[in-house]
Amino acid sequence: MARVLLQVPATARRGEVIEIRALIQHPMETGFRPDASGVVAPRDIIRRFACTWDGETVFSAELHPAIAANPYLSFTALATASGTLEFAWTGDNGFAQTETRRVTVAE
Amino acid sequence: MASRRAVLAATPGLLAVALARPAGASPEAMRQAMREFLGPDAPVPRPGRVRLELPPLVENGNAVPLSVSVESPMTATDRVRSIAVFTERNPLPGVIIAQLGPRAGAARFATRIRLATSQQIVAVAVMGDGSVWSDSAQVVVTLAACVES
Repeated sequence: MARVLLQVPATARRGEVIEIRALIQHPMETGFRPDASGVVAPRDIIRRFACTWDGETVFSAELHPAIAANPYLSFTALATASGTLEFAWTGDNGFAQTETRRVTVAE
Repeated sequence: MASRRAVLAATPGLLAVALARPAGASPEAMRQAMREFLGPDAPVPRPGRVRLELPPLVENGNAVPLSVSVESPMTATDRVRSIAVFTERNPLPGVIIAQLGPRAGAARFATRIRLATSQQIVAVAVMGDGSVWSDSAQVVVTLAACVES
């Protein structure tokens, strides 16, 4: 399991736009880089990231090799009702990881 | 004095050689990737509404902070559908294609990208009504990521 750093506020007011930051440990090997012996390392990147709030898409992204190692994404979500945020990363060589965070929305 | 003038005159040439070094994506490849993203009947991207922020001078091309924000009320009907970022001279033109749902609340995101050399970066946003807006930024990379490592 790759290490994940998630910054999600635990509580929010209804109608508030909350800031979410997600970082995952991954080399994001581009497939263009030769190693010490001159052999080009095959591509190994995270292809897709998706964030859903109780199953409804908030933000999703298709990542390319030009995304730096340990992909970091910050984005926003509209707090309408308490729910569970699910973060999913999928990539080359069967890479898949999901994390969940609960957000309580107060009046 | 003449020698200094000669050096100054030669500088743009040297710069051009340095900038042209890494072969890979070209401005033409970037336009092609943009057309693939937008689809065949999309309008030509108009400048405005999108704000692409990158540091103008980058020391290390391996992790360059990038943020995109788009002016939009982000309601269920009038909102930004997707935002894509393209580079001119990386080995591949595509960087990221972000899709925003109605729950996004605001049309902005930030990430960190790789830059193989000094180049132009373009962000394109597709709105709910089908209009397309763009912004570009010119970045000088002093220590380029060697072959986008």
